[in-house]
Amino acid sequence: MAPLLSVRDLAVQFKTRKSTIRAVNGISFDLNAGETLGIVGESGCGKSVSALAMLGILPKAGRVTRGEVLFEDVDLLKLPDSQLRQIRGNDVAMIFQDPMTSLNPILTVGRQITEALRKHLDMSKSKANEEAVALLDRVGIPAAKDRIGDYPHQFSGGMRQRVMIAMAISCRPKILIADEPTTALDVTIQAQILEVLKQLVAEENMALILITHDLGVVAGTCGRTNVMYAGRFVESAPTRKLFAKPRHPYTLGLLKSVPRLDAARKEKLQPIGGTPLSMTSEIEGCAFAPRCIYATEESRTKTPELRRIDSDDHLVACWNPVQEQDMPRIEIVAARDEGVAG
Amino acid sequence: MTISGTSELLKVEDLKVYFPIRSGLLFDRQIGDVKAVDGVSFEIKRGETLGLVGESGCGKTTVGRTILRLYDPTEGRIYFEGQDIATVSQSEMRKLRGRMQMVFQDPYSSLNPRQSIGNLISEPLKIHGISSGDKARARAEELLEIVGLPKSATARYPHEFSGGQRQRIGLARSLALNPDLIVADEPVSALDVSIQAQMINLLEELQEEFDLTYLFIAHDLAVVRHISDRVAVMYLGKIVEVADADALYASPRHPYTMALLSAVPIPDPLVEESRERILLKGDLPSPANPPQGCRFHTRCPFRQPERCDTEDPKLRTLADGHVAACHYAEEIMAGRIKAFGAGEAQAAS
Repeated sequence: MAPLLSVRDLAVQFKTRKSTIRAVNGISFDLNAGETLGIVGESGCGKSVSALAMLGILPKAGRVTRGEVLFEDVDLLKLPDSQLRQIRGNDVAMIFQDPMTSLNPILTVGRQITEALRKHLDMSKSKANEEAVALLDRVGIPAAKDRIGDYPHQFSGGMRQRVMIAMAISCRPKILIADEPTTALDVTIQAQILEVLKQLVAEENMALILITHDLGVVAGTCGRTNVMYAGRFVESAPTRKLFAKPRHPYTLGLLKSVPRLDAARKEKLQPIGGTPLSMTSEIEGCAFAPRCIYATEESRTKTPELRRIDSDDHLVACWNPVQEQDMPRIEIVAARDEGVAG
Repeated sequence: MTISGTSELLKVEDLKVYFPIRSGLLFDRQIGDVKAVDGVSFEIKRGETLGLVGESGCGKTTVGRTILRLYDPTEGRIYFEGQDIATVSQSEMRKLRGRMQMVFQDPYSSLNPRQSIGNLISEPLKIHGISSGDKARARAEELLEIVGLPKSATARYPHEFSGGQRQRIGLARSLALNPDLIVADEPVSALDVSIQAQMINLLEELQEEFDLTYLFIAHDLAVVRHISDRVAVMYLGKIVEVADADALYASPRHPYTMALLSAVPIPDPLVEESRERILLKGDLPSPANPPQGCRFHTRCPFRQPERCDTEDPKLRTLADGHVAACHYAEEIMAGRIKAFGAGEAQAAS
């Protein structure tokens, strides 16, 4: 069976007056119904741009230079706008980082949720209103019936993100793309939102693409994780394997540079040296090579492609992958007291 | 991070900072207060790092800024080396600020874009009359090298640097006057993880080299725990728990600390699968109208029918040495009070 979504060699460039920024340099992945895919990377690695490109909502300066985005075997990039609009918001929906700027401040949240319902599903006004209340209830907004007439500013950040999710799932999309959905929120609120997303995936058999910079968030949410650096995937594996046996030096570097709440505290963090390359010039060899302690002569001249390593579901783009003896070993502090965790 | 002495460098007693809420078109009336900080006490020993952690709006930044008298305290005392600085005049305070400096969160807005890096770093030297001209420039170059930037950076401007480099420049500026205390307000939250780790390591190295004392304010519990000797957890203007960084994860005593710890994602799928989460219902109540009694009772999964909503729990030392502000800390610890399921938890109103 063909996957629900299949992205093949997608590349995106931004033209500015002075230069061309190569934001995404050929990424490929498949996504099936009910799957949760995490895309992890630091700012500027191209993770958000790839999502925007898939949905055809790149800013004006951006252009898809090659590749295809097959949704149920139809290439979204070749569809005319009118047909793409039928799919966007209906079959594939997206939520963004900042819930304040993505909601319209002068329309009630009810109006904003029902808009999609009436357009895509042709519901009557009263039916759409009923559905909107049910949706708000679904994402955990208390007294949904009374709040449907409220404006975005009357909601807190976490509640606004719930409204965004309610809007995104209103047409029961097959794929939900969440771009840093919890980055602007406090941790206790983040936990609530991630719980809502996990429930939706389980109950609706929806596929989720979660874009984030936070390794902890993917660890608890995603079945599979792709690590992105300088516009390419450098490693892709089931999340458990990726964290237990990272084979790309960049993945290892990320894992070693974040402090863990449950690790013995004496460990010094091991940052990745240097800073990311500017993406304006054609990169020769592996983009991570200048910061990589494992780099070989080959890394500096030939660009590594994603290839299988260890098993069929573990892919890495590296000429000199991390070996067993260098993998992270974390000393975990004693388990928490009995009877405390409730 | 050894504690070189036991003397207190900073001691804060019952600090309150209220911001007035004003209303009215013709007559400027005060209609209430935002109680940003409402009775906070702690001390920091020389050479120690105290982490101050809490969610947005809990008052942690206000505490940091008030210690440097960037805000005036409404009530309470702030002792710096035994001297009460809560009421000294601004001119006296300016002299003292040479010994207590701040590192800010946003590396973009905290550096003047029209000043060269050399000027930015040597400005405190000129203002405090320590050095000027070639001597100040030499000191700026030295400071840049200390924070891991090239000397040549003095002639350049902030926009030429990345976020991580700018944060290093901010740190160099705060070191210019050889301070004893550095209040670091979310110094790494704007940085990517690989750069964040560089900055954390730098802060630790500088602490050892210059015998610095840090008040490290952040919302990221894992980062705070990593860098701090002790951690104070704030909720809605009050400290609810103070713990040694090592004991914090293993044995939190306040229900809010437990919930906060359980909400922090851990970058390990195996741990995540087996973790028990205490999901808090609802949002933070408004600090203009905080709940009666214990401020956390509206969201607390261990809430009891008595005392919680009427009596404000004081920060107290428990039998096992932990410091927490909860009426029922012992009962919860012994398992005599169980958290009710997430479904039954009271929604904040």
